[in-house]
Amino acid sequence: MIASLIEGVPHRALALLGALLVALVAAPLVAGDYLLTVLILILYFAYIGQAWNIMMGFAGQLSLGHALYVGLGAYTAASLYVHFGIGPWLGLLAAVPVAALAGAFIGFLAFRFRVAGVYFAILTIAVAEFARVGFDHLSWASGSSGLFLPVAQFTHNDLWQLRGHPVMFYYILLAAAVLAFIFCRALLQSRVGYFWRAIREDEEAARSAGIDVFHYKMIAVVISAAMTSFAGVIYAFYYNNLFPEQVFHISRSIEIILGPIVGGIGTLFGPILGAVILTGLAETLTAALAAAGIDLPGAKQVFYGICLLLVITTLPDGVWPWVCKRIGLAERNK
Amino acid sequence: MNALLSINGVSKRFRGLVAVDRVSFEVPEGGVFAIIGPNGAGKTTLFNMIAGVFPPDGGSIIFAGERIDGLPPDRICRRGIGRTFQIVRPFPALSVEDNVIVGALLHRKRVGAARAHAHDVLRRLDLYDKRAQRASALTLPDRKRLEVARALASDPKLLLLDEVMAGLRPTEMDRIVAILRELNRETGLTILLIEHVMRAVMALASRILVLHHGAAIAEGLPEQVMRDRAVIDSYLGVEAIA
Repeated sequence: MIASLIEGVPHRALALLGALLVALVAAPLVAGDYLLTVLILILYFAYIGQAWNIMMGFAGQLSLGHALYVGLGAYTAASLYVHFGIGPWLGLLAAVPVAALAGAFIGFLAFRFRVAGVYFAILTIAVAEFARVGFDHLSWASGSSGLFLPVAQFTHNDLWQLRGHPVMFYYILLAAAVLAFIFCRALLQSRVGYFWRAIREDEEAARSAGIDVFHYKMIAVVISAAMTSFAGVIYAFYYNNLFPEQVFHISRSIEIILGPIVGGIGTLFGPILGAVILTGLAETLTAALAAAGIDLPGAKQVFYGICLLLVITTLPDGVWPWVCKRIGLAERNK
Repeated sequence: MNALLSINGVSKRFRGLVAVDRVSFEVPEGGVFAIIGPNGAGKTTLFNMIAGVFPPDGGSIIFAGERIDGLPPDRICRRGIGRTFQIVRPFPALSVEDNVIVGALLHRKRVGAARAHAHDVLRRLDLYDKRAQRASALTLPDRKRLEVARALASDPKLLLLDEVMAGLRPTEMDRIVAILRELNRETGLTILLIEHVMRAVMALASRILVLHHGAAIAEGLPEQVMRDRAVIDSYLGVEAIA
């Protein structure tokens, strides 16, 4: 199993990945509080970007509503915790199926009735917006006044209840990002991965090659939604407050997809690199502006826009494929 | 010989236009059956009904003893009918090898086994040396053979070829004709082809059906069909036999 996972990976790539992993494991030892929060954000977006990439990069289905799955995961686990004292890991057992069902619902509507391309993207936005408005009026989840978790005690780390220091969240997200990376590689090299890429390339030709397109698209959306909801659970217990206006907002969905687009859609390392570039540089910019005493609201969004423009005009396949060529590594299975 | 595919009184109308009008024929198992006819005769429409792109308005299609008309394309392919497209449609960003692996995975669960089978098919179609290239980088003759390879990799009982010779130079055509003959002879693969290029048809086909304005006007052995008065008038032209 492990042997088949690393089969065909150049030794240099393995060495680089190993070095990166060691650096990330060691990072909290040297990073200050601020740097740590930035690293947490990077890992968070790297993980979600990976999940989104399964739908768009592998199966070719553009979702612009992934905030829905984050929000459903976050709200399900947080509500269970606030109302019944059910811890996040048990809450995950409810949060993941809820998000997976939402994904299956969208997928069924779209794929059964052949809603594709931009129309599919609009459908994903619509359902996320429904959820935003719906949760605004859902008093059980405290509606628009926001759902608050009891604030964490930083004196000790309770991994079971996810109460504790950001370092704990850092390692959880690091583990999640690493596992997601490995999982996606396994998916891409499996039968399902081949069928997804066939569908992405030409749906009609895929159908004529005997592929049950509906079935495999459903698998993609359900896996992607389920994975994304885990990030939502972590989000809820890390920030301790949830507002429908923020969690389900379309700008959140856009944030999720920027990383993989900048890094390289359909590649395995693209979502990670994209998260590093966007979050890393945006936070650097914010810090630099703050240090210079300049208060510029929206500077981060402008920066995102510039990054996107640069990538689309100069490297439409993303930064990672370009880097690959530069360092002489070819990621197969684009 | 038993009929692998039988078409019984199949019709298709698009609005008022009758594209295919009560056509019947049988493709014997192990045979190479060609459908010829002028542009707009309904050849591709007939093909699309067999491949499941759309259902016929009337009649039935029986493959290996079971009715298949009205089934979607993926289920028809899983029953054992592989097809190529008139305008080639390989998966452009995938490598040649991966294109064929997709086909091979239809009846194989493991990617390793599918890759081994794909390599066999690629060797047969003279594409093995190009297996690492992106499909979009191939020339037209190579892409045509890649489509045949992808369809073949799914182990079809019947291969539908939609104008696979169109746009090829004579040497390329001879190459693909030789490959198809060898496949038919060695593996017993049944082939149904639509073709304009009479040279290829005469070299390959054991039986020919001629369509004209959606109706079958002649069917039989190649020599018979070539001498048929109606076929000469409507399609071949007098100079073809001169």
